[in-house]
Amino acid sequence: MNSLLFRTMAPVIVAAMLVFSLYLLLRGHNEPGGGFVGGLIAAAAMALLGMANGVMATRRALHFDALNYAGVGVLLAALAGVLSVFYDVPFLTGLWAEVQLFGTPISVSTPMLFDLGVYLTVFGSIVSVVLALEAGGEGA
Amino acid sequence: MPFRPDLLLALLPVAPLLLALVAAGMTLVLRRFAGVLLAVLPAAMFAYLATLVERVAGGEIILVHLDWIVSYGIGLDLRLDGLSLVFAMTISGIGAVVLIYAGGYLRGHPDLGRLLALLLGFTGAMLGLVLADNLVLLFVFWEATSVFSFLLIGFDRGRQAARRAAVQALLVTGIGGLALLLGAVLLAAMTGTWRVSDLLAGGSLGGTAGYLPALLLVLLAAFTKSAQVPFHFWLPNAMEAPTPVSAFLHSATMVQAGIYLLARLSPVLGGTEAWTGALVAVGGVTLLWGAVAALRQTDLKLMLAQTTIASLGLLVLMLGLGSDAAVSAAMLYFVGHALYKAALFMVVGAIDHATGTRELGALSGLARRMPLSFLAAAGAALSMLGLPLTLGYFGKEELYLALGGSGLELAALIVAVLGNGVLGGIALAIAIRPFLGPIVQTPKRAHEAGLSLLLGPLVLAAAGIGAAVLIGWFGMMAIAPAASAVAGRAVASHLSLVPDFGSLALWLSLLTWGVAAATFARLDQLRTLLRRVQGAVRFTFDAAFDRAMFGLIRLAGAVTRFIHHGRLELYVVTVFGLLALALFVPMLSYRALPPWPLLPQLRFYEWGIFALAAAGLVALLLARTRLGAIVALGVQGLAVALVYLVFGAPDLAFTQLVVEVLAVVILTLVMTRLALDRRDPREIEDLLRDGTLAVLCGVGLTAALLLVLSHPLDPRLAEFFTAHSVPEAHGRNIVNVIIVDFRGLDTLGEISVVLAAGIAVLALLRRSKPAAMPVLPTTVRKPRRRPPIVLVPALSVPDLKAQAAHPVEAKLRPDGSGA
Amino acid sequence: MEVALAILAGLFFATAIWFLLSRGIIRMLLGLVVLGNATHLLIFTAGRVTREVAPIVPVGLQVPALATANPLPQALILTAIVIGFAMFTFLLVLAYRAYRTLDADDTASMRLAEPEDGPRPPLSY
Repeated sequence: MNSLLFRTMAPVIVAAMLVFSLYLLLRGHNEPGGGFVGGLIAAAAMALLGMANGVMATRRALHFDALNYAGVGVLLAALAGVLSVFYDVPFLTGLWAEVQLFGTPISVSTPMLFDLGVYLTVFGSIVSVVLALEAGGEGA
Repeated sequence: MPFRPDLLLALLPVAPLLLALVAAGMTLVLRRFAGVLLAVLPAAMFAYLATLVERVAGGEIILVHLDWIVSYGIGLDLRLDGLSLVFAMTISGIGAVVLIYAGGYLRGHPDLGRLLALLLGFTGAMLGLVLADNLVLLFVFWEATSVFSFLLIGFDRGRQAARRAAVQALLVTGIGGLALLLGAVLLAAMTGTWRVSDLLAGGSLGGTAGYLPALLLVLLAAFTKSAQVPFHFWLPNAMEAPTPVSAFLHSATMVQAGIYLLARLSPVLGGTEAWTGALVAVGGVTLLWGAVAALRQTDLKLMLAQTTIASLGLLVLMLGLGSDAAVSAAMLYFVGHALYKAALFMVVGAIDHATGTRELGALSGLARRMPLSFLAAAGAALSMLGLPLTLGYFGKEELYLALGGSGLELAALIVAVLGNGVLGGIALAIAIRPFLGPIVQTPKRAHEAGLSLLLGPLVLAAAGIGAAVLIGWFGMMAIAPAASAVAGRAVASHLSLVPDFGSLALWLSLLTWGVAAATFARLDQLRTLLRRVQGAVRFTFDAAFDRAMFGLIRLAGAVTRFIHHGRLELYVVTVFGLLALALFVPMLSYRALPPWPLLPQLRFYEWGIFALAAAGLVALLLARTRLGAIVALGVQGLAVALVYLVFGAPDLAFTQLVVEVLAVVILTLVMTRLALDRRDPREIEDLLRDGTLAVLCGVGLTAALLLVLSHPLDPRLAEFFTAHSVPEAHGRNIVNVIIVDFRGLDTLGEISVVLAAGIAVLALLRRSKPAAMPVLPTTVRKPRRRPPIVLVPALSVPDLKAQAAHPVEAKLRPDGSGA
Repeated sequence: MEVALAILAGLFFATAIWFLLSRGIIRMLLGLVVLGNATHLLIFTAGRVTREVAPIVPVGLQVPALATANPLPQALILTAIVIGFAMFTFLLVLAYRAYRTLDADDTASMRLAEPEDGPRPPLSY
């Protein structure tokens, strides 16, 4: 894992994978993609970064403990369901709204929030496991 | 619904149970007055029942019905006739006295509240038992008395002897309870009714097909509950209970439940040769057994316990004879025995309380220190001895009147005279030896018992004499209605206070007293002799019970060990063996084999994908190195992803692909530290077995799947999702819409599982050392150092590094001592 | 083609069971992965398969113009893949810990929870 080429190229690849994963997440409702596969790809990106730059660097890049992402993800998904309380509809009923952002109409919805929760959960869980394993593997 | 005063009857079992719920709390507040105040309830119930005496004596039977399990024809039926009334009044009356006594006996004891609550609950269960007019209800209350007696006998739960006695009583009476349930079901099946009243109206079942099994089951229930030989051994052990409990359980309740059951069902099951033979034989043997066992004891309480067994035997014997006089005698004897036995238990408890000992040999001359206790003991003992002007006298007289006809009755007569004589001798010993004679030193300085301890025995002893003085009225009001209920026909009362000098019974009574006097005079010699005999025999039912119990536990252990053998591969073999059976047996037995598959029409690239998958599997099977296995695993996963891709599932293909990549990464990370055996460790026959099983399961699953495919698919669910995806959920990717919207709740649960798995993995990895788990149970476990629980980056990284740097050190040594 | 998939699923099952029956925990883990794939194929095939047409509604339409693949099994399998992976990771690490602690990967010698001569049931009250 110490090839110069790999270490140099890894951040670029990782960045591309992360962008791709977000793209998959956002288009998931209409085209192939979604939170699960997006989260997995993002996790793979972080695993790659961990191999290339070391676990410590990756943890620093994450800013938070990876598992926190997963916890926030489950909370977000649950929150997406709880929101329906305010509209007097059953738990997890989809709610839709259109927001104007810089003049462009963007539709936001609770399923989107839910999918983001899925993304973060999958990402956080797997990254935390992979990083822990990679950390254990150093020098062994 | 208009108020029907008879519904109050339903309160009799319920009210004590309800009061029991709060009794412990009340005791904390009421303290020393708890016993007296709680006794108000049973006393009030006694008074209420007393108001019904005249109606019942007039031949009325009070019935109460509340709906319960309507569809099975099972109701909350209660029945108050002469028999129930006598039992219910005895129970509630003695229950009131016992509560007062218990309040004094355990004054200041931290668990007094528990005792009072249990006594109340027991009273309720017992009243329910004697009032129940439904076999199911009867069984429920029967079991309730078993459970309450278990808790009461094991009251002093810190002592092993008390626990053992409680378990023993529960098991023995529990077996009886099961027999009663079976018997009740059998009776209901034979007669088509669960109601006792209907059973009684139907008359004797003697000679019908199911009679003998039903009889045997009911007898087993009654004999275990009433401590008949050979189920008698639990009763003396139950003396581990505090004295108030013994006074209640062994006089009017618990053990009398069996007597009640026999009396209650005697019109249905009685009158046959089997009934008479079984009851007279078992009752007679039990009478003698109890009498002889009582002679062996020196502990006053144990003496009383053994005489209870004897008295129960006598009652069973009387019920077995079944003549008018015999059942009258049984009812008289039941009341008389309950009164004097409760009184004597209480006196013994008072002596124990006052002197600190219950040993017959260590007590003497207490009459001067405890005159009132002596008075109560003497009054009760006179009844036990059966002197005139006591209930015991009339019970005995009635019995002797009933006997003497046939050979069986003659034998029963001899047994009864002997047994009664010995009981009389014991009565004399209990009343005279501790109280008269010179004053001796006792562990505590004797003093008269307090009012709460004296009230009970005095009242009960007086009641025994009072009822005898009013015997004409008592016979008419209580004994004749009860005897009529037991006999199933009207039994007239002919009791009178004036002794009939012409009858044989009086002379037999004289003979009994003679035996009693002789027994009293030679008590110590008899005891020495009997103990020598017992020492020679060695066998006791008590020890046999222990052997049976421990044998059962060993058997259970052996069975568990056999089934739960701890060999994982055999568990797995079992699972997949059963899977193969579940697949093939229905298919073959219903001849529902799938159609023979035609050669699939596949495009060339599809053939390629299938070939890739198969190649991956084969490579996996043949893999000899870690790397090879990982690569092979990746190949088959990739092939599956391609399958998804070509068959219209791009989402699945993506996900599968990424998962495969990540799986390879994680596998590589872990497997570098794990060894893959080059060779499969299995023996050749194991390989054959496993191979056969694997092939069978694979073929079976393929066949099942083909079978499924040969039936049309119900498309409604898929059509619903397809039709509503865009209009309602505004999403064109139907799969994603199902995941995040239609089935969002499932997904929420699933991501929670993912999170939980992540946390679990971290927890497994974060322990800096392998826990010092003992390999052998004897190894001492070292206190484990645990890293402080801090979120990952701060501390766990160095921990993991430390662990990784010294993997060999971290390994467990064979001696289990850790690193 | 469903026939071919059914046979393939059978092959996967047979391989998975073969590995699960082996006594080495590593082989058993390999078997678990294959078993997961086998089950997914089973569900996928039982929901019927079509070639290439993904269950996606074309832009501008309310419902798909043509018959598409059955979306329900796909949704089930999608979550199953991810959960299966999470569980596999957990089991893998568990096996790793067991290996480190017990120094064995043969289940026949992993008897910590159910030792060969465990304590007998107590014979007392």
